[in-house]
Amino acid sequence: MKFSKMKLFMFPGCALKTTAKGFEVSALSSASCLGIELIELPNWNCCGTVHPLSTDDVMHHLAPIRNLLRAQEVDYDLFLESEGKLVTFCSLCFNTLKRSGILIQQDTEKRTIITNFLEKKEKPQFEVINFLEILRDIGYDTIKSAVKKPLKGFKILPYYGCMLLRPKEIGIDDPENPQVMENLLTALGAEIVDSPYKTKCCGSYHTVANKKLAMKLSHKILNDSEKNGANALATSCPLCAYNLDNLQREITQAHPSFHEIPIFYYTQLMALSFDLNDKSLGFDSNYADPKPLLKKLGL
Amino acid sequence: MQNNGLKKTKVRVYILGKEYEVPSSLTIMKAMEYAGYRFVRGCGCRSGFCGACATVYRIKGDHKLRAALACQKTVEEGMYLTQIPFAPAEKVKYELSTLGLSPNILIQHYPEIAKCLSCNTCSKACPQDLDVMDYVQAALRGDLKKVAQLSFDCLSCGLCAIRCPAEIVPYNVALLARRLYGRYILKSAPEVEDRISEIKEGKFNEEINELMRLKLDDLKKRYNDREILI
Amino acid sequence: MAIELTSDVKGFRDKISILSGEDVSICYQCGECSASCPYSSEMDLLPSTVIRLIQLGQKEVVNSQCIWLCSTCLSCFARCPQGIDIAKVMEALRQLNLRKQKSNIDLSKISREELNRIPQVALIASLRKLMG
Repeated sequence: MKFSKMKLFMFPGCALKTTAKGFEVSALSSASCLGIELIELPNWNCCGTVHPLSTDDVMHHLAPIRNLLRAQEVDYDLFLESEGKLVTFCSLCFNTLKRSGILIQQDTEKRTIITNFLEKKEKPQFEVINFLEILRDIGYDTIKSAVKKPLKGFKILPYYGCMLLRPKEIGIDDPENPQVMENLLTALGAEIVDSPYKTKCCGSYHTVANKKLAMKLSHKILNDSEKNGANALATSCPLCAYNLDNLQREITQAHPSFHEIPIFYYTQLMALSFDLNDKSLGFDSNYADPKPLLKKLGL
Repeated sequence: MQNNGLKKTKVRVYILGKEYEVPSSLTIMKAMEYAGYRFVRGCGCRSGFCGACATVYRIKGDHKLRAALACQKTVEEGMYLTQIPFAPAEKVKYELSTLGLSPNILIQHYPEIAKCLSCNTCSKACPQDLDVMDYVQAALRGDLKKVAQLSFDCLSCGLCAIRCPAEIVPYNVALLARRLYGRYILKSAPEVEDRISEIKEGKFNEEINELMRLKLDDLKKRYNDREILI
Repeated sequence: MAIELTSDVKGFRDKISILSGEDVSICYQCGECSASCPYSSEMDLLPSTVIRLIQLGQKEVVNSQCIWLCSTCLSCFARCPQGIDIAKVMEALRQLNLRKQKSNIDLSKISREELNRIPQVALIASLRKLMG
């Protein structure tokens, strides 16, 4: 099936260049299978990761807004062709960029101060979207037609975390019972596992200075997933992936009966089902080895 | 006598708050010496290369804070200036030969770069017009090559560190990046490799020993009579 | 437990209200936020208790440990029937500390090995939320 060609500017974020390289690699490869050319913003800075919540905070909006105003640095024809959209993969980037973008649209005073400080015009400004929204717009039947090796035998818990769904103003789906990843993974041929923990916090940045706390929350999520029959989790956030995946090393030490369970970025599952080569899967980023599961399922 | 359009030959500057009239063609450094100051710190090569003479100034009537090197910048009317001969900055100790090339290597040594706000104040303070913010951001991404390339002309003058609201010392981060880049990533020029082999094989031992045995006068003569190839 | 109401009840409540942009007086203590909060079992004060104490102008809530556990996951805000963003209130309480140079993270205590391993985004977020 021929896919309509799309060109979109992409904001990778810091993690996709280092610990979440597998996310970027699989995202670019699976997107191109669907006719989507992702053009990395030629110049970008860290989004800031967390949205500043104090009403008087201007300083911490500089980082995300600087990125949104980089719409003024790119080729204008390409900007128009891509409908002014900036695609994000990392949930943290998505949340921070989108919320700051909305804030300066609504708050004239902050908008003036920030754009003056950044020495930029107020428009044009990128519109922030998450890649999962693009996939929803393309249509799951269309995505299914790109699948060469359906993910038979995969019982996946789609783990959303916090930043994709909350607050409601920017959430890509219903915060209590989202379906966007379920629909995607079903189109890829996988079986879906449900759990109330799919929207519960993984511990977030506490992994740095309060690791036991992050371990506790992540362990709960992993435990419940396994209890409900999952043999893998899918995620969209490099920080969630770290807490759920890499912390399995410490979780196993603390709970000897714990079984390792592979954590995938949803784009890795796309690349897998599109039958792309090993390099496009980016499994070097994974801590819990996915190969035993793949071997077992004959993929 | 009528003013026939000649440029004013003197300007008023304020050094540490005190007013002086100095010739308008002088650099800040020369102007300070003209005014009677004697440099024992904050002065080095006098040619824009060592970064010792970092200066911060304002122009009267303008709120903007500016920065420059005293040995390079010519004085202006109404310049209000002070020197920053030393920026307190911790340089983390590391043994270059033991370091690997993990993506987080720069964060490992300078975790405070994670506080970068992308405000660009550092770049605005840089007397070399470097993209300081861009290289700090590249450091966050573990892109050693970009940090090395963007920071190549850095003088470690300290102005970015003094101005940074996140309390980062960009030039120390860049120094580590350049060292790692040069040591582990950049390929050695084949001529250098060949020369090192030759030295190890002892090809030049005889010549060096001969030089070391020479009397001082003979050594001087040899030096003065040397052929300079251009 | 007896709580003493000082004459400055409104002052502290207003301070939090301005900094967070949230009016805590409309909270009727349903407890939904505390039930939703993934960290509540580790906290010295429940989120709903924090809101109550602010309503009563108890400034000591600024010294509580719970505010540092909040990771702004927004489960509370998503479920509050009155639409109060409790995470913003928690942030305001943190800011009152951070702006006085009080931090809840010590970089010197994080080992080189850890700094090498963690995704840099975790460090960036920690420093933004916990460092004064």
